Amino acid sequence: MTTVTGNQSVPSSAPIVLETAAVKNWKAPVALGFFAILALLLFGIFGRSGTSTFRLSTDTDFFQIPVIPVDARPASLVTSVVLVLIAAWVTTLVRRARRVPLWVIAVFAVLFLFTFLVWASAGLRSIPVAGLLVGAVGLSVPLIFGALGGVISERVGVVNVAIEGQLLAGAFVSALVASATRVPLLGLLAAMVAGMLVSFVLAAFSIKYFVDQVIVGVVLNVLVIGLTSFLYSTLLSPNQATLNSPERFQRINIPVLSEIPIIGPTLFRQTVIVYIMYVAVVVIWYSLFHTKWGLRLRSSGEHPQAADTVGINVNRTRFWNVSLAGAIAGFGGAYFTLGSVGGFSKEMTAGAGFIALAAVIFGRWDPIRATLAALLFGFATNLQSVLSTIGSPVPSEFMLMLPYVITIFAVAGLVGSVRGPAASGKPYVKG
Amino acid sequence: MTDSHLSPPVGAQPETPPTSRFSGVLREITTGNAVISVLAVVLALVVGGILIALTDPGVKAASGYFFSRPADTLQAIWTSVSGAYVALFQGSIYNFGRPDFATGIKPFTETLSFATPLIAAGLGVALAFRVGLFNIGGRGQMLIAAAAAGWVGYSFDIPFPLHLIVALLAGIAGGALWGGIVGLLKARTGAHEVIVTIMLNYVAYYLIAYLLRTPGLLQAKGSSNPKSPAMKTSAIFPDLFGPNYNITIGFLLVIVATVFVWYLLNRSSLGFKFRAIGENPHAARVAGIDVKNMYVYAMLLSGGLIGLAGANQVQASITTGFGSGIDAGIGFDAITVALLGRSKPWGVFVAGILFGAFKAGGFTMQASQGVPIEIVLVVQSLIVLFIAAPPLVRAVFRLPAPSTVPRTRPSKISGRKAVVTK
Repeated sequence: MTTVTGNQSVPSSAPIVLETAAVKNWKAPVALGFFAILALLLFGIFGRSGTSTFRLSTDTDFFQIPVIPVDARPASLVTSVVLVLIAAWVTTLVRRARRVPLWVIAVFAVLFLFTFLVWASAGLRSIPVAGLLVGAVGLSVPLIFGALGGVISERVGVVNVAIEGQLLAGAFVSALVASATRVPLLGLLAAMVAGMLVSFVLAAFSIKYFVDQVIVGVVLNVLVIGLTSFLYSTLLSPNQATLNSPERFQRINIPVLSEIPIIGPTLFRQTVIVYIMYVAVVVIWYSLFHTKWGLRLRSSGEHPQAADTVGINVNRTRFWNVSLAGAIAGFGGAYFTLGSVGGFSKEMTAGAGFIALAAVIFGRWDPIRATLAALLFGFATNLQSVLSTIGSPVPSEFMLMLPYVITIFAVAGLVGSVRGPAASGKPYVKG
Repeated sequence: MTDSHLSPPVGAQPETPPTSRFSGVLREITTGNAVISVLAVVLALVVGGILIALTDPGVKAASGYFFSRPADTLQAIWTSVSGAYVALFQGSIYNFGRPDFATGIKPFTETLSFATPLIAAGLGVALAFRVGLFNIGGRGQMLIAAAAAGWVGYSFDIPFPLHLIVALLAGIAGGALWGGIVGLLKARTGAHEVIVTIMLNYVAYYLIAYLLRTPGLLQAKGSSNPKSPAMKTSAIFPDLFGPNYNITIGFLLVIVATVFVWYLLNRSSLGFKFRAIGENPHAARVAGIDVKNMYVYAMLLSGGLIGLAGANQVQASITTGFGSGIDAGIGFDAITVALLGRSKPWGVFVAGILFGAFKAGGFTMQASQGVPIEIVLVVQSLIVLFIAAPPLVRAVFRLPAPSTVPRTRPSKISGRKAVVTK
């Protein structure tokens, strides 16, 4: 107590200035300002004139919503001015050292997108909004499964760069098994086993032999690419009819829900893989943060020594959860063959695993956010194909580039320095 | 945190039972890194051989009557596997089917020419690894570099040695620029370099694809293909041993680059800072090293080395004009090369030549034996996996553990430190 009173006598000479942690992060206003001014100049002031139309319902919908026409110039001007206002508001928020709420950024993004679409489709055919979203979900499915696998694996403390390999193994094996047995469901199961096998190697090398996890992951990708391409050339390609023509899953319409405008066709007229994906996202999110399993998993990845102290077998937890992650990613790989394309082809995942990895980090190792990030990637990719079919003036390469550029901006500006699970990537040696 | 699990605890050494000098040397040899590397290659080739045999149609036919005439199956296995590996050797090292040494050695020069960009890009990836950065952006950096070097190479009229140098420097600068963006973003905003490099790969790919298909930019005049004009001869790397061999001065440049990276990492103050950050960025910062700037420098250098690979692609490998696939997957191969070389300059050099040999031999194997070239990917990745896990190789070949003392449980004092602290 004496020391406290002693301290209190000091301020008379030098008043204590309470230090407030006023962290002003200028990344968000700078990024938003850039995009707002871009929108104002490109879409608003030097925009294109004409009418843009948005087709909100498909022909088979129960409820038909009339086509919405928008006059491009004034609409773009108005929305881009709103964008500038939002950016200005965020700037004042940061100046007063207040937090920028996430919904502001979400609203900004949606408005920017709308402005862009109005500008891009001015005077052209109407934009099929439902088709845009349906395709986006379809393209996101393997990314989401891959990202879920990545989240689980990294949360338990093993960096999973091998998502690409797990997806590709799943795609290959599911096509092979589904074609040979003529039962798509068996193909799905086989895909999970294939992804799990890839994970076994990852787990064995990183947990038992303490090999750098990133190294194992990268090498596993090459190994799986090599194996599947080799077997494709020697096995599948000569026997295309018997070994590489799996039956695809049919779309299932959920009775009432599928009739909701926009949402219905997007979410509830999909294959069984997509429905399982909805369940998987929710279950994994809930289990990760609200069950004993999730707590053990996360503690193994955050502080394995502490986890060990309370009696968790860290390496066993890691091994089986990495295997689970592989099974999930492998399941997603099956979507390439059983859900969308049909047959397997060489390197058909085309880097989806790396995009899923980006979604994991972009989504800050959280299943829901990672799913949203994966949806963003899928959406941007599909936006490009929709815009090129309606004949938009933007070169398709730049549209294809967009998701990646947005990700760079997002990672540099909004997400910034993210912190993953503390012990992720480090082998645990019981000492 | 030294390699305490590799060397026996100091206090345990006097207990070493006296062994004869011969067995000590033998033990040294059988447990050394070189043996592990050789055995890893052997093991990988065995697995590759099994795959080749399993998928060979001749083997399949003979195995149908295995129980009546098993020798046929074995014969078929031998034919398929030995045929493939002989073709691999003849396509990459020396072709015994040629009359004299001058033509017989041609495959080896092919190997070196395939190895050239692999070594350059591998050095770039390895350099980044040593600073603790994971540069997956080799593809993008190579594409930008190739485009820059290619553009200088076909559009200007400059006399011979100068043109070559300017184009080369443009390529290196292009790669350095694309890598430097990553370093800058990492240093200034903390963006994760893995994401940024992956994203920049795609950005570069689509950017180059756009430039190549748009008339007036990189596209050749009067053509509708997405391809650039051919390089001017003054910008092409001259051949080292005449037009019969595919090896150019690019290989010399790569040797220079290897020496440069070796000097940089092991002898210069910048390299010391790099390695310090790679070991522990927090400690490096405490020691007064400007970690953020070092990230930028490291990525600039890494990108520049990969840029050398990109320039080599347009100035030596494909001089008739490039498309958007000019990187030929080298950016990703470079990661495995760097891993196999354990991120050490000369290790990368040797690993690059090994992978170059696989590439050169793989094409011959595919053409003459009908074994798809992808088997090379399998063998390469298995080699890296096995080399990364010496205990596994030792277990397979039943080699003794490296310590000369019987493995003792580490005592509490000298025990291994758990790698868990933040």
